[in-house]
Amino acid sequence: MPTRVLVPSGVLGLGFDRKALARGVAMKPDIICIDGGSTDSGPFSLGAGQSKYSRAATKSEWRILMQARAEAGVPLVIGTAGTCGTDSTVDWMHDITTELAEELGQSLKIARLYSGQPVGRIARALEAEDVTPLPPAPEIRLDDLTNIVALAGAEQIQAALATGADIVIAGRTTDTATIAALPLLRGDAPGGAWHGAKIAECGALCSTNPTSGVIMVDFDTDGFTVEPMAESAACTPHSVSAHMLYENSDPFRLYEPGGFLDVTGARYTALDQRRVRVEGSEWVPGPYTVKLEGARIAGYQTTILAILRNAHYVKNASLWVERLTAYLTGEIESRMGLRQGAYSLEFRLIGVNGALGNLESRSGDPVEIGVLGIITAASQAVAAEIGKLINPFVLHYPLTDSEELPTFAFPYSPATTDRGPLYEFALNHVMRLNDPMEAFRIGLSQIGAEVPA
Amino acid sequence: MRLGDLVLKVRSKNAGPFWVTIDIFCDRPEIFRQVRDNLHTRAVAELYRVPEQLLKRFDIEDLRVVKFSIPRPVVQGSAADRDMHGAQYAALLEEYELD
Repeated sequence: MPTRVLVPSGVLGLGFDRKALARGVAMKPDIICIDGGSTDSGPFSLGAGQSKYSRAATKSEWRILMQARAEAGVPLVIGTAGTCGTDSTVDWMHDITTELAEELGQSLKIARLYSGQPVGRIARALEAEDVTPLPPAPEIRLDDLTNIVALAGAEQIQAALATGADIVIAGRTTDTATIAALPLLRGDAPGGAWHGAKIAECGALCSTNPTSGVIMVDFDTDGFTVEPMAESAACTPHSVSAHMLYENSDPFRLYEPGGFLDVTGARYTALDQRRVRVEGSEWVPGPYTVKLEGARIAGYQTTILAILRNAHYVKNASLWVERLTAYLTGEIESRMGLRQGAYSLEFRLIGVNGALGNLESRSGDPVEIGVLGIITAASQAVAAEIGKLINPFVLHYPLTDSEELPTFAFPYSPATTDRGPLYEFALNHVMRLNDPMEAFRIGLSQIGAEVPA
Repeated sequence: MRLGDLVLKVRSKNAGPFWVTIDIFCDRPEIFRQVRDNLHTRAVAELYRVPEQLLKRFDIEDLRVVKFSIPRPVVQGSAADRDMHGAQYAALLEEYELD
């Protein structure tokens, strides 16, 4: 059965063109799907179980989508709610939804799909040899992970939709799962369902006007058709097929729970100036595995930033940092009894190789250099103490013993900043499941205005 | 000639926390062939200091794109990471002198 999926943007919190959304709603979609996150901003969100986007931005956009849902009278689904899709961010999104339902006078059935994984389940799966590393996987250590999630696929979203929910708030899912779920359920081509979902998952990024956001995909038993909803945007065979490159290490294969998508044989045809038809993508079924993500605290950080503007020091910055580091290593050991290895102290030269480090191949003659000192230690208290200890030397340390003490530019006071925990990604593995719902659970709630009996 | 001056765009981005992927949009077929034939996989591996056998290469004629995927030299967000989104890695290839 043909299925029309409206995708308002690549992620909730980045904005979309409201006229384009209204045009999409008027075209009577069968479902509205939006992604709520990714690992792209780093491990903090997953480690801390917090959204990266502000509550205000999330709430204002979700309000518009809840109104669009009411008008369209179809389910609204968000995947990877709250950036990382932990149970805590699903609940955060549910709180926002509850507030909005009351403000908008809507009465709603909500399904929450939880993707959080208790350590015990992963440990048992490891023992049963149901966990496989993906290259390059870190060595698996489960004792200190703050959060573990499994990436849900289409089956778990379908289970949440089967509850008759008006809104599905899903924890971690693959980028494509929310979009592919309904077309697959209704018997549309599996290759087309996954491929169309991949094309639409970043919203209008597959079009000539990426910031307009809104995309419509029509799925059927032979493939899919994609069309941007903003008048200023167009999809072309090139803009659509090129999207398979984006954030994808293999542009022809996409692994999902239960198999992989192969787009080697896909044919992209322009239907007109703005719509593209895609057929020939293939779904290759395989074992039912879900990808795991986990994060742990890898230490606590304090940073310090000094700016060198004096030409003599700019010219000799690398040498200065080398001397300073050697001196501070001795000071930290003698005054705090901390040996190298119990903490780390790194100075990065912004203006020299701040972004690329030892991969940098160019050198120049910078006007000034930012010296960013990063301390990582076993506790925030120790990191902060090291920061205070090194502070006067970062300010005044001379290049040679014979010269007058310099004073560099600190941009603020105090010069040190306690950054809190440093999280790191700890898993790059897949876990085999006997049943797709084995590692996921659904919670139901009725929220908002009272419905008269 | 610098690769970045020859092609339309060089773009890099994380592909998950453990990989970075670099897309060279050549635009014109003759530029695609020039890049495909003269940009050697070994040179790219050396530029990013990863073992050549771990690097994935895709020469995509239909799109006039040459794509490389490499295991991130440092895992995204780890203490040693300097570029959370991996988008500045492209600069090295942009500035690479192509014969």
